[in-house]
Amino acid sequence: MSYQSHADLGGQPSRAAVVPEPEGELFHAPWERQALALTLAMGATGEWNLDMSRRARETLPDYRSLSYYQIWIGGLERLLIEHGLLEPDEIAAGAKLHPPRPGVRVLRAGAVTATLERGAPTQRPAVQAARFAVGDRVRTRAGSVDHHTRLPGYARGKTGRIDRVLGVHVFADANAHGLGEQPQWLYTVVFSARELWGAGASQRQSISIDAWEPYLQPLG
Amino acid sequence: MSHEHSPDEHSEVADMELRVRALRTVLEQKAYVDREALDVLIDTYETRIGPRNGARVVARAWADAGFRAWLLEDATAAIASLGYAGRQGEHMVAVENTADLHNMVVCTLCSCYPWPVLGLPPTWYKSAAYRSRAVRDPRGVLADFGVTLPDSTEIRIWDSTAEVRYLVVPRRPAGTQDLAEEQLAALVTRDSMIGTGLPRSPDGTR
Repeated sequence: MSYQSHADLGGQPSRAAVVPEPEGELFHAPWERQALALTLAMGATGEWNLDMSRRARETLPDYRSLSYYQIWIGGLERLLIEHGLLEPDEIAAGAKLHPPRPGVRVLRAGAVTATLERGAPTQRPAVQAARFAVGDRVRTRAGSVDHHTRLPGYARGKTGRIDRVLGVHVFADANAHGLGEQPQWLYTVVFSARELWGAGASQRQSISIDAWEPYLQPLG
Repeated sequence: MSHEHSPDEHSEVADMELRVRALRTVLEQKAYVDREALDVLIDTYETRIGPRNGARVVARAWADAGFRAWLLEDATAAIASLGYAGRQGEHMVAVENTADLHNMVVCTLCSCYPWPVLGLPPTWYKSAAYRSRAVRDPRGVLADFGVTLPDSTEIRIWDSTAEVRYLVVPRRPAGTQDLAEEQLAALVTRDSMIGTGLPRSPDGTR
């Protein structure tokens, strides 16, 4: 295994308290505003997709010791280098040392609102019928894979039920690695807490994930 | 967040200020970013796109049965009809709390969150504590928010692992039958639309 995500936190032992925060508290230092703006502006160039951003962030070796916007900046620097927009010496120097790459689609102020309102929809036309229907019992893929994936560790090799059919969507596992969109049917799959966490878990608790068809096997 | 900062925190903030300023400088010098666009992006999320948008959606659903049905059937379209759409809300699903069912939303793999209706996620939503505990110990997480639900209430956790974003429609508080939509919206808290809180009551007792 060479691919390692440090972001798969669901169900990990943690006793840390969750600390509520007032609604208006958006940033905790001025640089966080800049981190947001630079990440969104560079994302809008279309040089990479959101799944590639997640891959760049979740594989940062020091992910677990970083704050959210530190992860964003680490991921952004990595993507800029990977896509040939900056050289490492320019990041170290904080100055242009090489000519810019031509043909970059720059987000202009006048286009910001329309760009955000358009977003990046991931639903695609269906070219074949869905394999599963609401109510079907399914088993999720067991074990880990050597690439970006969105099947959380806690939900691997587990039995659940199709709760919603969400349409055909860009397949994150492929898109994150530049292998194209390879759209797949997407489902909400619901599990009992006891299936995920064992007999001691509450009977009145259920957990769902959104899972692409390749994650799922039919179960009678 | 505490206002008592250690010297280490000060130097970390200073390091990040320098690092991000350097990155911005080189991106501007290479003309990959437009300075004015960066300002518009920040202003958008500081002033225009935030949880008051979602509160208006919930208040409309409480006040208008037809809108409620549409929201539960096709949330993306119903929400867009109020002018909220786009980035990180391209595919919306609304889930409704009832007397027997309480919904809570998390993203255990990163921090997926419905931006057009709730804005930027709070720090706790992105924290390791919330992402690890929400799927396993939701009642413990609710206790951190001062919320206790009856034992008989079923809890459903929605882990946002793809590009569908979830909005919780909390239960309408008692004693609100005479309130106008705008007054109802004022009762809808951000946390109640994530499922870690409940709406305010009209007499201010909660």
